Amino acid sequence: MSTLTKSEAVDAPQAGNAFLSVRDLRVRFRTEDGIVNAVNNLTFDLEQGKTLGIVGESGSGKSVSNLAVMGLHNPRNTTIEGTVTLDGQELLTASQRELEKLRGNKMAMIFQDALAALSPYYTIGRQIAEPFMKHTGANKKEGRERAIEMLRRVGIPQPQTRVDDFPHQFSGGMRQRAMIAMALVCDPQLLIADEPTTALDVTVQAQIVDLLKDLQQESGTSIVFITHDLGVIREIADDVLVMYAGRAVERGTMREVLKTSQHPYGWGLLSSIPRINSSVDVPLEPIPGTPPSLLNPPTGCAFNPRCAYRELVDGDKCVTERPPLELANGHLSACHLTPAQKQSILTEQILPRLSS
Amino acid sequence: MLRFLIRRALGAAVIIVLLIALTYFAFFSLPTDPASLSCPKGCSPQLLAQIRENMHLNQPIVVQFWHYFSGLFVGQDFGNLGHCAAPCFGYSYNSQQFVWDRIAANYPATFTLAVGGAACFLSIGVGLGMISAWKQGSFWDKAASSISLVGQSTQIYFLGPLAMALFVVNLKWLVQPNYTPFTQDPWACFQGMILPWLVMSVIFWSNYTRQVRSLMLEQLSEDHIRAARAKGMSNSYVWWRYALRGAMAPIVTIFGIDLGAVFSGAIITEYTFGVHGLGYLAVQAVHQEDLYLELGVLIFSSVSILLFNIIVDAAYALLDPRVRLG
Repeated sequence: MSTLTKSEAVDAPQAGNAFLSVRDLRVRFRTEDGIVNAVNNLTFDLEQGKTLGIVGESGSGKSVSNLAVMGLHNPRNTTIEGTVTLDGQELLTASQRELEKLRGNKMAMIFQDALAALSPYYTIGRQIAEPFMKHTGANKKEGRERAIEMLRRVGIPQPQTRVDDFPHQFSGGMRQRAMIAMALVCDPQLLIADEPTTALDVTVQAQIVDLLKDLQQESGTSIVFITHDLGVIREIADDVLVMYAGRAVERGTMREVLKTSQHPYGWGLLSSIPRINSSVDVPLEPIPGTPPSLLNPPTGCAFNPRCAYRELVDGDKCVTERPPLELANGHLSACHLTPAQKQSILTEQILPRLSS
Repeated sequence: MLRFLIRRALGAAVIIVLLIALTYFAFFSLPTDPASLSCPKGCSPQLLAQIRENMHLNQPIVVQFWHYFSGLFVGQDFGNLGHCAAPCFGYSYNSQQFVWDRIAANYPATFTLAVGGAACFLSIGVGLGMISAWKQGSFWDKAASSISLVGQSTQIYFLGPLAMALFVVNLKWLVQPNYTPFTQDPWACFQGMILPWLVMSVIFWSNYTRQVRSLMLEQLSEDHIRAARAKGMSNSYVWWRYALRGAMAPIVTIFGIDLGAVFSGAIITEYTFGVHGLGYLAVQAVHQEDLYLELGVLIFSSVSILLFNIIVDAAYALLDPRVRLG
């Protein structure tokens, strides 16, 4: 079953019965150069035991929106609006103390760069045991035993001795495993994985993805998986949310978004994946241009300066009017092209190119 | 760790030997007559000859050096002046005392000044830096930075008399700075030294304030701080256990270097407040052209600086598990 209720209007602020429900999330940063609208009107749901993949370029608001869920933004320069409910509990209005009880316990996060995300000054074991001791009131000995158990669960050999190692004594893949152990030590119901495989080589990537899938099956954790690697998305995600310039531009099940994308940006992403069986003479097609500055995003559809299908839309609608996220050919997408246009472009131009 | 300490100790020993040799030859190969420098006014030829004999000045300079150098470890005889026990740094003719006895008499004052001053500049400097980082951009941050800047640009010989005029003469809050041995009367020691401690700390603490502020801000923006908060660690836990822990190693390095400086005698502070410590002795020695005394103070200061350098390196390895000694 899809975790996304397709019929629901984007601006409907009613919180469903989903485990994690994000409604109209808006994140703004005050910087020296002005206000950055990092995330705008982001809405998604995630059910228990499911995985939502969030895809997008750097600076598209993937991480920012999830840091907002965790409450990890610096309140001094960040304004967050909207509603985020986790298992019925409102997060954005929760106090620091309440959030501290949830973080690492009910919701946990894995970061991209495990070397940077682990403190160099404490042993792996101590860093894994810390949240366990805090949230369960366990003593040092129990914490250490739990850390060993977790290291074993994530597949670190000789966990009894490795538990006393420092992060710099671990290899990259092992550090990422240790990070996962640290995040999962209290059996969280929500795991936010922020590009956990980006810094790793492909073999280790596959291992980490398998590990997360196994752990999810064991404990029924819901996962938000942030990445820009569509290959990884195909492996792990049930649903996919494509973000561009701080907004959701496409939302649907993994098959819908990867097989029948309804957005020029999604087509661009799909066309730029290298394929093992494609001819070496056919060059990869990158999306032209660069991601927009969120200080001063393009008017109308934020993708319009890079969009190859702009002329197909009547008048200058792409520049003046922002397309709403609405149902087109089975799932949600935000584009002014008519569903019929999208379908014909997809079947006549995009799919043949992908299968060539 | 042990191997590192042994290696560093050996290295330091070589440096000290070279240092002793260099300074000795520089001092005693000058075309001056150490004997007549050491001879009090109205000195008789007999006394001069006696001094010359006692200082072994009739012998070749290499032999003289050997007397001096071996004296450091086994002591040496100064004719009718008696035996100078190891460590023998020679005889100070001006004060009619062995150099070591003079250093030993003055060192407790330097030691007390150094310990108290270091405690002051470390706590005030780090404290102000923490406040600055915590209230970044606020009035307190700016105030702490300004005070530090002013502090660093001030001179002790200016601030010292000013503080004495204010707190001792006008307000009468404090007694005239003086040194009373701590073992004799801790309270009197504290009262007499508090002004020198604070005034001396002013020039040191600003460095800590700036360093701690920038190191803490740097640490707080690190990924592992965010990861620690994502684990549910409280703000204060993250602040003290993670950020300060990361800021500590560089601070300890500066602290070690500063300790080396204050433990080898704070000349200006001691002179300003009339505290008779090692720095005071050094100035006296130069004034009176008391070569043995100068040499003794120099060697003693160098050893304490070297010692603190080794301690800093060892501490660095203890503080940062990524640093490997060997």
